[in-house]
Amino acid sequence: MNIVRWNRPQLSTWGGFGGLSTLRNEIDRLFEAPLSELARASQFLSGATPAVDVYEDKENFFVKAELPGMKKEDIDVSLHDGTLSISGERKSEEKVENGEVYRSERFFGRFQRSVMLPAAVDAAQIKAQYQDGVLTVTLPKAEEAKPKQIDVQVN
Amino acid sequence: MQTTLDKQTTTPRTEQYVAPNVNIFETQEGYVIQAEMPGVSKDGLEVTLEGNEITITGRRGAETVPGQPLFRERNTADYRRVFELDPAIDTSKVSAKINQGVLTVTLPKSERVKPRKITVD
Repeated sequence: MNIVRWNRPQLSTWGGFGGLSTLRNEIDRLFEAPLSELARASQFLSGATPAVDVYEDKENFFVKAELPGMKKEDIDVSLHDGTLSISGERKSEEKVENGEVYRSERFFGRFQRSVMLPAAVDAAQIKAQYQDGVLTVTLPKAEEAKPKQIDVQVN
Repeated sequence: MQTTLDKQTTTPRTEQYVAPNVNIFETQEGYVIQAEMPGVSKDGLEVTLEGNEITITGRRGAETVPGQPLFRERNTADYRRVFELDPAIDTSKVSAKINQGVLTVTLPKSERVKPRKITVD
């Protein structure tokens, strides 16, 4: 039988913060790099798929998408099989000559977003309007999708 | 005691803000801040210079909500972001414009700090 004096585990002995902090730094470094990459990627992804709101009233569906700083001509709106697609390309406005960039959080490039509509719409009557960086698409519901009041007949 | 209670009930609710995405760059002439604020019109915009800070605030007030929401992922909070200014900026010449939800603030440097070429006689 081997009797060995029990030693406290390394981490809880007081040896100054030296060893501990290097370990910690190593762990931090391990996690920080991929996480910051991920955060950056998700930021770019959120730019590539703009945020949308969908509303409805009795007659129409409304789709609002955030597309700041676009030209009207660079936005494509299409409807296919009851799915509304908003796509386009955000071109960077001007190149900075001999400039230094401090922050670059805005997304430039191609984006696409599709919204499946909950009911049939009248494709011929769809209207799109672009104002203050928000695209509003108005989709009138097809006749069969509109709510109907049915009179109950009493004999 | 009574007055403290009164004060608490009359304080306005805390406002929620979201920070707009920005691009900032510097040229020899000055700085340019571009901030994305979709849904904000010229009337909802507020740019204030105070001390060595510039605050940009954008309110979405003008936007109307049509009908019942089915699906929402856009943030409804107003935009706000504060930046510290380089002392070289001539604050009297700061200008701002908004176009399709992108605010552009131009902050020119004062003449004395701009690089100059001196001709040798």
